[in-house]
Amino acid sequence: MGLGQMIYTLADMPMGTAGMIMRLKAQSSTRRRLLDLGLVPGTVVRYVRQSPLGDPIAFDIRGAVVALRKVDAQTVFVDPVKE
Amino acid sequence: MCFIFPTVGPKMNHRDSVPRHTAADYTICLAGNPNTGKSTVFNALTGLKQHTGNWPGTTVSQTRGLYQYAGKNLALIDLPGTYSMLPNSPEEKIARDFICFGRPDVVVVVVDAACLERNLNLVLQVLEITPKVVVCLNLIDEAKRRGFSIDVRRLASELKVPVVPTAANRGSGLDCLKKHIWNSASKKIEAWPNLVQYPEVLECSLQQLEVELTRISLNGLSKRWVALRLLEDDKAALTLIKHYSTLSTGRWVCNEG
Ligand SMILES: Nc1nc2c(ncn2[C@@H]2O[C@H](COP(=O)(O)OP(=O)(O)OP(=O)(O)O)[C@@H](O)[C@H]2O)c(=O)[nH]1
Ligand SMILES: [Mg+2]
Repeated sequence: MGLGQMIYTLADMPMGTAGMIMRLKAQSSTRRRLLDLGLVPGTVVRYVRQSPLGDPIAFDIRGAVVALRKVDAQTVFVDPVKE
Repeated sequence: MCFIFPTVGPKMNHRDSVPRHTAADYTICLAGNPNTGKSTVFNALTGLKQHTGNWPGTTVSQTRGLYQYAGKNLALIDLPGTYSMLPNSPEEKIARDFICFGRPDVVVVVVDAACLERNLNLVLQVLEITPKVVVCLNLIDEAKRRGFSIDVRRLASELKVPVVPTAANRGSGLDCLKKHIWNSASKKIEAWPNLVQYPEVLECSLQQLEVELTRISLNGLSKRWVALRLLEDDKAALTLIKHYSTLSTGRWVCNEG
């Protein structure tokens, strides 16, 4: 696996693909907030929708579709999940 | 960590800024993630016609209605959906403020039985605020349709609060829900729910803070919840807590070291 693939965030996922949450970069209240949305390490999420302007982007997280700002999505590290 | 405790003065009436139904004997609120059927439960219990819809964010403000049970008037408050007690929008703030500072007699957390795991996070957060919780396990028909079978008794005994399966759109389970709300509101049954246990080091700090907090009147707020907000340094919540409790009349300084 190349170096490039080690820095892979929610914002890098191609539409329709799934990824497993590995690590959250955000701290304090932003971190708490992202965890509350279901972005807990080990969770598999799917990139399901994009707004017309490309931001926010929406993910299926534990059974609910949740919109995230791109800046926040960029702070959540994921591993691509092959299907 | 150091505190400067305030002098005790007249109570700030932040409570009054969160409207509460005075004509009612008890106040019950409906909380839960977006789109779990809160307004549907509200309509079924009160006979009102709150807007419902199959997308999140249908309810944007708090609405109240009344229903009778055992000869008493119960005010029911329908709240906007929220994922977290750390609000991120005006709607979520309305929900958080009412649950924390509106002095509900019972909080009914309406959860989606078809995605229970994600919904339980909010249940655990509400339990840190108040033990007077009834879990309404709604959309049970949808869960069944998807092939899930939920061990309701096990869930209730793990949480140590009543859990009532319902399909609110067909009215099923709602009599049982009303009974449990009543038992909880009229304190027929005292609740000692199971709370999240944090790592040892946090529990130690929480315990110390809770002891310190016994010296101030928190106006009914849970000491553990306030202690958690202090540890988290949740500034927005701490500002509200100060207004709500007698802390409003003094300075409350908390710093590292
Ligand atoms: N199958 C099924 N559908 C339900 C049930 N309860 C509610 N619904 C439907 O679920 C959708 C959402 O219901 P609402 O009552 O608007 O949900 P809410 O929790 O108030 O939503 P927000 O106000 O956006 O948070 C509506 O289409 C309801 O008809 C249920 O028990 N079973
Ligand atoms: Mg609603």
